[in-house]
Amino acid sequence: MNSIRFLFDKNTWQEIFGSIGKNKTRTIITVIGVLWGIFIYIALAGAAKGMDNGFEKNFETVAKNSIWAWSQSTSIPYAGFKTGRQLRLKVQDAIVLKNRIPEIQYIAPVNTKGAFGGASALTVRGIKSNSYAVYGYFPEIAKIATQKIYDNGRFINDEDIAQARKVCVIGDRTQQELFDKEEDPIGGYIRVENIYFQVVGVHKFTQTTPFGTDGDIFIPFTTFKKLYNTGDDSQFFTIAAYDDADVVQVEKDIKAVLRSIHKVHPEDERAFGAFNLGEIFNKIMGFADGITFLSLIVGIATILAGVIGIGNILLISVKERTKELGIRRALGATPREVRSLIILESVFLTMIAGVIGIILGAGVLSLINNLTKDINFPYTNPTVPIPYVLGALAIMIILGTLIGSIPAQRAVSIKPIDALREE
Amino acid sequence: MIEIKDLHKSYKMGSNVLHVLKGINFSVKEGELVAIMGSSGSGKSTLLNILGMLDVADSGEYTLDGVPIKNLNETKAANYRNKFLGFIFQSFNLINYKSALENVALPLYYQRVPRKERQAKAMNYLEQVGLKEWSHHLPSELSGGQKQRVAIARAMVAEPKVLLADELTGALDSTTSYEVMDLIQKINDQGNTILVVTHEDDIAHMCKRIVYLKDGVIMKDEKVKQIKASAYV
Repeated sequence: MNSIRFLFDKNTWQEIFGSIGKNKTRTIITVIGVLWGIFIYIALAGAAKGMDNGFEKNFETVAKNSIWAWSQSTSIPYAGFKTGRQLRLKVQDAIVLKNRIPEIQYIAPVNTKGAFGGASALTVRGIKSNSYAVYGYFPEIAKIATQKIYDNGRFINDEDIAQARKVCVIGDRTQQELFDKEEDPIGGYIRVENIYFQVVGVHKFTQTTPFGTDGDIFIPFTTFKKLYNTGDDSQFFTIAAYDDADVVQVEKDIKAVLRSIHKVHPEDERAFGAFNLGEIFNKIMGFADGITFLSLIVGIATILAGVIGIGNILLISVKERTKELGIRRALGATPREVRSLIILESVFLTMIAGVIGIILGAGVLSLINNLTKDINFPYTNPTVPIPYVLGALAIMIILGTLIGSIPAQRAVSIKPIDALREE
Repeated sequence: MIEIKDLHKSYKMGSNVLHVLKGINFSVKEGELVAIMGSSGSGKSTLLNILGMLDVADSGEYTLDGVPIKNLNETKAANYRNKFLGFIFQSFNLINYKSALENVALPLYYQRVPRKERQAKAMNYLEQVGLKEWSHHLPSELSGGQKQRVAIARAMVAEPKVLLADELTGALDSTTSYEVMDLIQKINDQGNTILVVTHEDDIAHMCKRIVYLKDGVIMKDEKVKQIKASAYV
């Protein structure tokens, strides 16, 4: 109770300002020490968070636990088959995978022409023509890798699949190259490999898959099958696991199931290939977490160094003020009052430095944010979480008190009579 | 006001024990102006420090205004000093970054007197020592005599039972010394009890009573005819 009153007493603060203001240069230099610490802490933590957000943003259009799986050729002879057997994924495999591996949320077989080398499809509209990669898609693709479709348009739906409709979703480059500027492509017809398709949507290209361009043409999987006579074959599967699934294990399970379906040696690692975006994402986020952690450690260490600096300066200050403190005690200051004065000075200096450091740090973060806005750099909205800021302030108050109590104890350990003799 | 019985004090200096006070018996009544005289090493400063509760006696009794002063811890001593005693030092001991007014008001701060009241009171005492115009000056802007007068105002402001002055004219020339002593005499004439430690004969004779200390014992304790310092000013 008494200490609360002491803390909120105007007189206490006047005494503190009096003694702080006495040596301005020293006070400023001391403050800069802690200020620098908290500034580094805020700037680093914020930058790490910005990078974190940047990575998140880069991945936001794609399911963070998606896997692409494809077939290759065997490398171990098995079950009477020779090595080097070319494997081909079947559409039915997707159903088996979905049934056998409960972690799979969506699975969609894909066929393409021209996406991975090979001739792309000649596409003609009137006198305009060009060649584009064609994808046979299921509607589920949109749930695995978000498809941005311009207004009025739509993505491939289940009816398109069921009836093998000759509809397509084109890329915005395709639209520019095949349609006039004012023309509405929706409902228009383009000829892909001698078959006419009606355009039902235009997709805005975003890097949602490890492949793809802004000229890709999407058609229903079933239509693709007819067009290119692919039968039950599928070039690759696009798979999304549930959010809480272990994507590395899911990838292993997928390969194991595929090996059993296709009678491949259980240890043949080269029979099926997979691109595990989830794993890469986890690695990048782990890296970002590492940076955050590192920045936390560096920041706190710098704050610590700054606070120790304050303690150091206050020790010198107490030594210099021995006589003054002796006078105060001769005039009736109790040891407790002297101690509180020194500790409050320490805490006050630390807090002032902390608040200025936080403000400067926030300023620099927003400056960096503005500078990196227009360039392709994974850095978005670099904020420092409030708990971090409060935590830093709490650490500073605690450290300020602890460090301040050393010179405070020194100040009261000298008897007033000895303090008065000090010259 | 002050009662002292068989006061002993010794200091350990390495393996030697220096017996400074060897059984002091002495009392001071209210309104007295007592000079404690003696050469250096006679124990007069030690006596004053014990009276001022800045130092503790090894044995003996000390009663101040009826309160037995014993078993002091630092906090208790600080509170007693604040309540009972006013200090005047040879080297003034003003806080150099505080103005004259703030210096005078400081003892009241430790008595938790509100700021306004504190300043009014301090100004009142500064006026009494003739330094009202100098209230906002720092000690470095004051002359020695002015500094000592600020110190006297500071010692007075808490209205202590006893003023303790340790060689208060030691750092001043004789004219200034007499001016300061004139002030001390006036304060005494108002009924305040004052103890002055000095080794200067003329200063001692401006008091009403002289206690001679030699080698830790009282040699002589006599009432003297007070010489008015105003005669020299």
